Amino acid sequence: MSSGDTVRRWRGLLSRLGSVRQTEAAPPDASSPPTPDDGTIVTSKGLQKFLAHLGTRPAPVLLDLGPVVGSNVTFFGEHLNCKFFVEDLFADLERNARDGPPEEFPAFLSKRFAMDAGTVDGVLLWDLYDYLDRPSAQALATTLVRLLRPDGALLGCFGNANRAGSGCTRFIVLDESHVRQRARASVLMRQASLQNRDIIKMFDGLCVSDAFLLQTGRREMLFRKGGGGRPIT
Amino acid sequence: MWRRGEVVRPPDSGREVTGAVAPGTPGVASVPRVHAPEIEAKRTMDKDVVNIGKSVVIKGELSGSEDLVIEGTVDGKVELSEHVLTVGSHGKLKAEVFAKIVIVLGEVVGNITASEKVDIRDSGSVDGDIVSPRVAIAEGAHLRGSVDMQKKPAAAVVPAPAPKAEGKLAPLPGSTPGPGSPRITAG
Repeated sequence: MSSGDTVRRWRGLLSRLGSVRQTEAAPPDASSPPTPDDGTIVTSKGLQKFLAHLGTRPAPVLLDLGPVVGSNVTFFGEHLNCKFFVEDLFADLERNARDGPPEEFPAFLSKRFAMDAGTVDGVLLWDLYDYLDRPSAQALATTLVRLLRPDGALLGCFGNANRAGSGCTRFIVLDESHVRQRARASVLMRQASLQNRDIIKMFDGLCVSDAFLLQTGRREMLFRKGGGGRPIT
Repeated sequence: MWRRGEVVRPPDSGREVTGAVAPGTPGVASVPRVHAPEIEAKRTMDKDVVNIGKSVVIKGELSGSEDLVIEGTVDGKVELSEHVLTVGSHGKLKAEVFAKIVIVLGEVVGNITASEKVDIRDSGSVDGDIVSPRVAIAEGAHLRGSVDMQKKPAAAVVPAPAPKAEGKLAPLPGSTPGPGSPRITAG
């Protein structure tokens, strides 16, 4: 056997070993190993709780404030048998950053949703609050609290101070507990991150039901309206 | 035998066209799309797909019993209960839409009700509520409205309940299309 053959055999063995390890590390539903373009897959306990909470309702109404992700619409439609409202506030924010005066954005947010008060069972906030200034964040929080039905739930993801810069994240739900976070180009700049106490104060009328600190440094917070939650001190 | 550059015309038999068509427009199906792959063109002819060309403007109700591709502008209501409606990349609909399958590559303002599937491609834009058991939205597509995939008898093509609070176009009551298509009724 020539030395070239030996090298080829070793390479084959090593590559097979590598692929086995990749398969073991991948989440159950990820058919192909993630590539850098596919983003990072994170475990989301907040989503699990959010789904469990809404799963008990016959036909919940869900409001998604992130960019439109087709697979998310399908996922929530199939899992919760819900009516899914897509209101892409990131697009509004980008439009405002380009054209509109920023000081008018809080007033815009207060009138943005045409839904009646107390008609929404769940809100998916994603990481929108990382890009809102304080007045806009407060205006949106007040509006969302008004829209939520008693015992409704709100799931938000809040970044930490170290993650400054531009660009947004697209959250793609893979299953009940895994979310793929994929970066996308955007003109939006991250604002200074909010402290937990500031977030809780903003969502006056909601209680923090669960809060998780992810390995990525992000905080997942699940709020509930009414007596269902327990306030965190 | 189909040749490249040759116009794909659907058969005219049994077609009734009445209604408000913008002056100066060459008429319905006068600006058909020419498909590059021969197989696709053959399939298109076999399946009796009607094209509404880029320059066509229709105001009123459009119903039919064959697949339809809209590249023009439709303002009113589109009903293809058992067939596929494709809103082409140049198509602009300001209408309530009822069909078996709706594929959106252009713009739709109004509610969409599909008994099988709604497919919004990356260039597509929908401003309205969707009722369908299956919905596919490509990355980059625009959607503002609600998606209702609830497994209820609404899966059959019936008008969606009017979104009271949103002030969008209220769906018109459904009507069964007669034989031959498309039928355009002045609005």
